[in-house]
Amino acid sequence: MNRRCIAFAALLVLTACGGQAAGAGAASTPPQTNLTVFAAASLKPPFDQIGKRVLKTNNVSVTFSYAGTQTLAAQLTQGAPADVFASADTAHMTTLQAAGLLSGPSRLFAHNRLEIAVEKGNPKGIHTLADLSRSGIVVVLADPSVPAGKYAQQALTMAHVTVHPASLELQVTGVLSKVALGEADAGIVYVSDIVTSGQVDGVAVPDSQNVVADYPIAALKSASNSAGAQAFIDLVLSPDGQKILKAAGFQGV
Amino acid sequence: MSQSRVPAALLALAGLGLLFFLLPLAGLIVRAPWSQAIDAMRSPETGTALGLSLFCSLAATALALILGIPLAFVLSRTTGNLRSVIRALTTLPMVLPPVVGGVALLLAFGRKGLVGALLYQAFGIQIPFTTAAAVMAETFVAMPFLVIAVEGGLRSLDPRYEEAARALGARGWMVFARVTLPLLRPAIFSGAVLCWARALGEFGATITFAGNFPGRTQTVPIAVYVALETRPESAIVLSLILLVVSLGVLVGMRDRWLGAL
Repeated sequence: MNRRCIAFAALLVLTACGGQAAGAGAASTPPQTNLTVFAAASLKPPFDQIGKRVLKTNNVSVTFSYAGTQTLAAQLTQGAPADVFASADTAHMTTLQAAGLLSGPSRLFAHNRLEIAVEKGNPKGIHTLADLSRSGIVVVLADPSVPAGKYAQQALTMAHVTVHPASLELQVTGVLSKVALGEADAGIVYVSDIVTSGQVDGVAVPDSQNVVADYPIAALKSASNSAGAQAFIDLVLSPDGQKILKAAGFQGV
Repeated sequence: MSQSRVPAALLALAGLGLLFFLLPLAGLIVRAPWSQAIDAMRSPETGTALGLSLFCSLAATALALILGIPLAFVLSRTTGNLRSVIRALTTLPMVLPPVVGGVALLLAFGRKGLVGALLYQAFGIQIPFTTAAAVMAETFVAMPFLVIAVEGGLRSLDPRYEEAARALGARGWMVFARVTLPLLRPAIFSGAVLCWARALGEFGATITFAGNFPGRTQTVPIAVYVALETRPESAIVLSLILLVVSLGVLVGMRDRWLGAL
């Protein structure tokens, strides 16, 4: 029975290891440097492309860690090693700045707006934020601790709408996947999420009820590859980088 | 075996291993905001998450007992390929990343899932985002621990007791209920405790299949995760509570636990 116990313990450890997945970097060519970028979950589609570009032009191999901004900020505050941080709001960047973790001032590199994600073909006929409060509509939002969730709350407040969400997801991509899988009828996500997902339809939110999300980027003081960090940030801000971001549904700066 | 007989190298490694378990606990205790502990413990969010976690983990354990004991029984009486298949299916959730389990549950019991679609069309029932979904996620991940323990118990059972009962005229169900089940008590008990502990700590499958909503699907592990980012002190206090509850159970039931092994 004792051996069985050890096997249990081993399995417990194994099963507990199913943690957050991190995006992997690119292939290798000999004299290259490595770069670790912590980026908001919504940035995955354009940043994966920018990562490939930076490998080609600067020979910098980028490893991305995509998660909710609040998760990344908490990890960085606890001393997680990274070279660049790209946030989905200015609040968390300001927190890191105040904690003395940035090597220089942050730069805004993109804007994003909110949109309602609905099932393909919009079978429930959702056209406004107010429709989200209809009974029988399953709505999923991001948790208010997530930037997308905070923005969604602001938009709903501006529209004078109260919704009863079925779930408060821990990152905006969780909202998207619940709608894409058909479990939720609607969710509030970024325009860029809908542009790059292809699995949901978007319902525009009018300017008077919409929120503009600002995305700042900064190199971190603990960066082990500050040259690579600067090259990455430069590319994000360059016309090329901006073109990639716009194609992914972001607004340039 | 006396302590002096343990080779120094093994002793050093064992100490390192023990330290590896001890340091994170020490971290929790040292960094705990003791001055705010009482407030955080009294806060409605903490109580809600704790109550929900207790309910879900106990419900999952009950479900695992109802389904898992018969499963273990069948498993122990089956041979050959069929047994291998059942065994692999039963133990799969133990090695599957819980998030994958959650996705699988969604594809089976979600509104568009294999079974879930029928439920939704026929009765308008949607399982995800409900407390039932949290219980199902925990059962999925935790039940194998019970099945394996009970099956182990069944295998080490002396078959002569059951044969004697049968010789005295007892039939299948009677033998199971009056002879097999009582003999299995220690294995069932240790399996249930393991199952409950695993259910209490479940995170990945729950967040994926049931989502996150306070009072409905936000169990303590999810509350810890959410709080860690916004209210770290609450997260530490919640973690400590979970730690004390788990330790309390292990220590309080130690005698029966050890008797079972």
